[in-house]
Amino acid sequence: MKKVRLTTIMVMAFISLSAMSCKDAKTENSTNSEMITEEDHSKMNHDNSDGHHDVDKKEMAMNGDGNSQTILNDYFNLKDALVADDNAKAKELGATLATSLGKLDISKYTDAQQSELKDIMEDAIEHAEHISESDIKHQREHFKVLSKDVTDMVAITGTQVKLYEQFCPMYDGGTAWLSTKEEIRNPYYGSQMLKCGKVQREIN
Amino acid sequence: MKIVKIIALILLVGFVGIQFVPTDLNQSDTVPKTDFLLVNNTQENISALLQESCYDCHSNNTEYPWYNKVQPVAWFLEDHINEGKEELNFNEWDAYSNRRKNSKLKSIISQVKDDEMPLASYTLIHKDAKLSNSEKTLIIDYMKNLKETLK
Repeated sequence: MKKVRLTTIMVMAFISLSAMSCKDAKTENSTNSEMITEEDHSKMNHDNSDGHHDVDKKEMAMNGDGNSQTILNDYFNLKDALVADDNAKAKELGATLATSLGKLDISKYTDAQQSELKDIMEDAIEHAEHISESDIKHQREHFKVLSKDVTDMVAITGTQVKLYEQFCPMYDGGTAWLSTKEEIRNPYYGSQMLKCGKVQREIN
Repeated sequence: MKIVKIIALILLVGFVGIQFVPTDLNQSDTVPKTDFLLVNNTQENISALLQESCYDCHSNNTEYPWYNKVQPVAWFLEDHINEGKEELNFNEWDAYSNRRKNSKLKSIISQVKDDEMPLASYTLIHKDAKLSNSEKTLIIDYMKNLKETLK
């Protein structure tokens, strides 16, 4: 009796396995065709706005993909979202920042600087990724360490615009961040305590 | 009535079928030189806590429960373990840069403090993994000290 049951189970399992693999193949096919239609769509869009697109591309190149300035811009956008208590926007901008951090071109720096920058980027990317998927309390926790990473990056890469390192003594035993403006807008408290903090250093 | 029977049969067949899909077990006999407890020479009472409450998902060696033999539970666990190791692998501690160690310690401290780790879904079954308040303090103080020495 036991033997019979075992064989039936085996047979059934075999059948279900082969049935499942068939199903998998089918769904794969359907997603493929969907992807193709989507591709066609984007191609069509492409053709429609060809002229515009070239301009966009040029601007991108001017901005310098892989440039530390792009990282700073993305960092400041993220900071502004946190100042505005905007969890959803901060998620989006965290993801953008993670991408630009990953693209930093470190080839022009010395070996020591390169290894330092690698460490910084590795850490910063992780924080930016976390920001892209957490609630605002966690976003701010990660932003604290991220701010230190970006500040350390600036010490190596320099900055094209004047930066203000600001400091809030209340948040988590004292916490710093960077801003392009002298005026305090606190990303750790947002509307709760918008003006808590002071400029502790100017970076040129 | 017939349809119910057929559906039940299909479900049964499917359930039995997925039992034959293999999963990779997260198991290793060797403890690498980069292991957190080795590198930091962690005292016995704290290392026991970390192994009990963290190492199943945050190291290369999981002590699997019996129900890991049943799908789809095994998939669920595999997924959790992969995610946990990606986030923090105590076995690879010394391979992290000081900057990352600092970040990890900060996260450990805040997650243990806020009861986010160990996961509630894990302590639900692993009652021993749940940290009491005094155990939490023990771990948090230890991690804080470690963080100071890194600076």
